[in-house]
Amino acid sequence: MTTPTFMERLKTGLWDENPGLVQLLGLCPLLAVTSTFTNGLGLGIATLSVLVLSNTLVSLTRRWIRGEIRIPIYVLIIASLVTCTELIFKAWFPALDRSLGIFIPLIVTNCAIVARAEVFAARNAVTASVVDGLVMGIGFALLLMAIGLFRELVAMGWLLAVLPPGAFFALALAIAAKNTIDRRRQNQGDGALSRRAAR
Amino acid sequence: MWVIAGGKTAMADRTVFKSGATLAIIAAACTALVAATYQLTRERIAANEQVWLEQSLQPVLSGITFDGGISESLLTIPAPHALPGSENALVYRVYADELPVAALFVVSARDGYAGPIRLLVGVDTKGEITGVHVLAHRETPGLGDGVETGKSDWAAQFANRSLTNTSADRWKIRRDGGDFDQLTGASVTPRAIVKAVKETLQYFDANATDIFAAAADSEADK
Repeated sequence: MTTPTFMERLKTGLWDENPGLVQLLGLCPLLAVTSTFTNGLGLGIATLSVLVLSNTLVSLTRRWIRGEIRIPIYVLIIASLVTCTELIFKAWFPALDRSLGIFIPLIVTNCAIVARAEVFAARNAVTASVVDGLVMGIGFALLLMAIGLFRELVAMGWLLAVLPPGAFFALALAIAAKNTIDRRRQNQGDGALSRRAAR
Repeated sequence: MWVIAGGKTAMADRTVFKSGATLAIIAAACTALVAATYQLTRERIAANEQVWLEQSLQPVLSGITFDGGISESLLTIPAPHALPGSENALVYRVYADELPVAALFVVSARDGYAGPIRLLVGVDTKGEITGVHVLAHRETPGLGDGVETGKSDWAAQFANRSLTNTSADRWKIRRDGGDFDQLTGASVTPRAIVKAVKETLQYFDANATDIFAAAADSEADK
C-alpha cells in the first residue's frame, strides 16, 4: 500500500469521505448553525481545530492506552479541547461566540470527532493523524460554509431557508448534487481509467 | 487450580491498576490544559463581558432620558441577598439631573432549563420595568432561546409592567394562569425569567431608598 499524498488525502476529506456529505456525521450542529455564512465559518473553524488537536493527542498517546479505556480517554481529551476552544472564542471572538452560543460546547457531541479518533488517529502515526484531522475538518468546515452561504442567499427571496426546515432542504440538495456528480463521472469514464481512480 | 486462578486475579488487578493510572494521568493533564487556558483567557473574557453588559445598558432604558456615566454608579450587592440568583448581584443607578430615575439590576434566574440565566432588568423609580435583556443563558436552541432580544420580541412584553399594574398572582406565564406569554415548546425558561423579574421588582420596592443612598463601589473593588 502506497502512502497517499496530501492532495489525495485532501480529496478524500473534501469529497470521497466528507464527514457531512458521505459519513453523515455531526449533522446536529451542521443543521442547527448554518443559517448564515459567518456562523458556518465560525463553527467550521472551531470544529477543525478540535479535530486536528484531538487527532494529534489521540495519536500521541495511542501506544500506552489500553483498548478497554480508550473511549473515556477520547471523551476526556475531546471535552478538554472543546472547553479550551470555548474559552478562546469567548476571549477573542465574543460576537461569534454569542451567535453560536451553545453549539461551541456542543462540538463535544460531534461524532465526527470521536469517529476520527477511533477510526484513524488511534491506528496511525502523528503526522498522518494531523493530516487526517485537517482534511476531514476542512471538508466539514467547507460544507458548513457552503450550506450557510446557500441558506443566507436563498433566504433573501425565500424566508424558509433560514428557518430549521431550510437546513434539511439545503443538506438534501448538497448530498443529491454530490451523488449526481459522482454517478455522472462513473458513467462517463466507464473504462479502466475510472475504475482505477475509484480504488 | 487455585494458584492459576490466583495468578489470573493478580494479573487482572495489575491491568486494572495500570488502566486506572493511565486514566488518572490523562485526566490530570487535561485538567491542567483547561486550567492553563482559563488563566490565559480569564481577563479578556471578563473584559468582554463587561463591554457586552455596558452595551446592553442603554437599550434596557427605553424612553428615559438620563445623565451619562451609568457604569460609574455600579453597586455590588453581595450574596446572599433577596434578589434572584446565588451569586453577587449588580445594580447600576441611573440619574437625570442628579435625581434618581431608574436602577438596572444584573441578576440570575436560577430555575432555567439548563443552568442560571443572567438577566439585566431595568426598573424606573415608579417601579415600572424599563426593559429586560438576557445577558447569558444555556437554554435549548430554537426553543428556550427565544427569550434573547435578538431572537424574538418575547422580552419586550415586560415593558411598563409593575407590581401595581400587574398584581403579584398575575406574574406568571399564561399556562400557569398569569399575564405573560410563554414560548412555543418552552415554558420552563419563560417561567424562570418571569419569576426572577418579579422578585427583582419586589426587592426594588422594598429597598429603593437604600439602593440610591449607598455609595458606589470604589474603583479598587471593581
